[in-house]
Amino acid sequence: MTTELLNRDDAMQDDTQTTAMNNTPENAPRTHGIDISALERGTTMSRIEDEEISLRVNDLRLSYGEKEALHGINMVIPKKRVTAFIGPSGCGKSTLLRCFNRMNDLVDGCEIKGEILLEDMDIYQRKVEVAELRRRVGMVFQKPNPFPKTIYENVAYGLRIQGINKKRVLDETVEWSLRSAALWDEVKDRLNDSALGLSGGQQQRLVIARTVAVKPEVLLLDEPASALDPLSTLKIEELIQQLKNDFTIVIVTHNMQQAARVSDYTAFMYMGDLIEFGNTDALFTNPSKKQTEDYITGRYG
Amino acid sequence: MSITTKESHTQHISQQFNSELTELRNHILSMGGVVTKQLADSVDALLEGDTQLAEQVRQIEEDVDDMERAIDVECTQVIARRQPAASDLRLVVSVIKMVADLERIGDEATKIARFAVELAEEGKSPRGYIEVRHISDHVKRMMNNALDSFARFDDEMALQIIKEDEEVDVEYRSAIRSLMTFMMEDPRSISQVHNVLWVLRALERIGDHAANIAEHVIFMVRGKDIRHMSLTDAEKALNR
Repeated sequence: MTTELLNRDDAMQDDTQTTAMNNTPENAPRTHGIDISALERGTTMSRIEDEEISLRVNDLRLSYGEKEALHGINMVIPKKRVTAFIGPSGCGKSTLLRCFNRMNDLVDGCEIKGEILLEDMDIYQRKVEVAELRRRVGMVFQKPNPFPKTIYENVAYGLRIQGINKKRVLDETVEWSLRSAALWDEVKDRLNDSALGLSGGQQQRLVIARTVAVKPEVLLLDEPASALDPLSTLKIEELIQQLKNDFTIVIVTHNMQQAARVSDYTAFMYMGDLIEFGNTDALFTNPSKKQTEDYITGRYG
Repeated sequence: MSITTKESHTQHISQQFNSELTELRNHILSMGGVVTKQLADSVDALLEGDTQLAEQVRQIEEDVDDMERAIDVECTQVIARRQPAASDLRLVVSVIKMVADLERIGDEATKIARFAVELAEEGKSPRGYIEVRHISDHVKRMMNNALDSFARFDDEMALQIIKEDEEVDVEYRSAIRSLMTFMMEDPRSISQVHNVLWVLRALERIGDHAANIAEHVIFMVRGKDIRHMSLTDAEKALNR
């Protein structure tokens, strides 16, 4: 599996090179003999109806004690796409994100009704093993939280927990994960240094590498770039674009331009309700709800 | 109904952003005002044979060019500073496009003023002026309404202008036909009637630009691009 993924990575690089060199294929659409295929790219707006679905949320209600924080959310998270949750503080977007790998189980007095289906499996059924769920649905937090171990051991951690100790497998997975997280070139010569010596942006990418090392299906990113400087932020955003080839990504962000840049679909939440959910380009140029409009343009609603 | 209204641009948390957008709207409206005046004056200069007024129209041209540049700079700055989204973004994009149309209208008015001087110098009782008066009244009304629809965020009014442009096109064609007849009847009038034809052509183009502005207004208010659509398709797209 690991070598296969590595090889695929190489193959992809080859692909891009050949297409760059040979950018006018024989069968390209032409007008007056001019290759116009470039015009056809990027003009169609993807629709959620056409997507494969990774997660389904059905009438999800969540309350902390007396207070209901999510009032019946219905939505789908498309597979191998980036879905962004935006909304003011306290709107429930992080709460909803945490429901996807049952992080709310740890909160006292938290009660959940409704269902969340991951590939048709209700993740709140009693028989579901939470550790296994969290392997399939990985999470990265606002502040990078590397373990006080070496860079190598940080990435290998998830595998070691699973009982994988073969050096060859670990080496390959660590390299693949660090490459996936666009960190390999920066750390390959100091894998045995402490992870705490990395910069904030590097630490965050290390945490992402640690998360992808166990090959999850879904990656939950809770404000992954909000504690980083602008250039590290751009690296994370670039990384998200690459990661969506392999993973379903859900990102919570306070930075609306970031949501507009990285996501394919955007959900706007307000006071525990899902107000609007749709194609990101459409939502940011012509939202259909006034509340969405007010929020993304910075008005008081 | 649309969630974008003319108050939309004064409700940002950032007062500075509010005033930047308000300024932008005021500037494009004053540019529109100047260009409308240019159009009215150029037609008056023609019909009255007033070469002095025609000369004034030609001088204003430079001011209009300056306004075009200034408004483009403002739009660029708003984009760089604010990364506008949704209706704010559509406002800025529409303004960038409207500025180009207004500048072209100014050019056409200047053209009319130039023919006004030539025709005044020939000094004969003019043929085709009835048509000029009729079409110019229509086009001036469209211009005013286009600017009004922008100021009021009125997409209904904007659609009306696009309808009127089709009427102007019909009037233009029929005027051309009658002026052709003049020329056939009286070949000595050809050079003079020919100039009038150019004036009519300029007016017809101004009508097209006013319709373009109306399309930008519809995009700004409704977020729908109805360019290059038949009127029925456009109405369908706007669900009426």
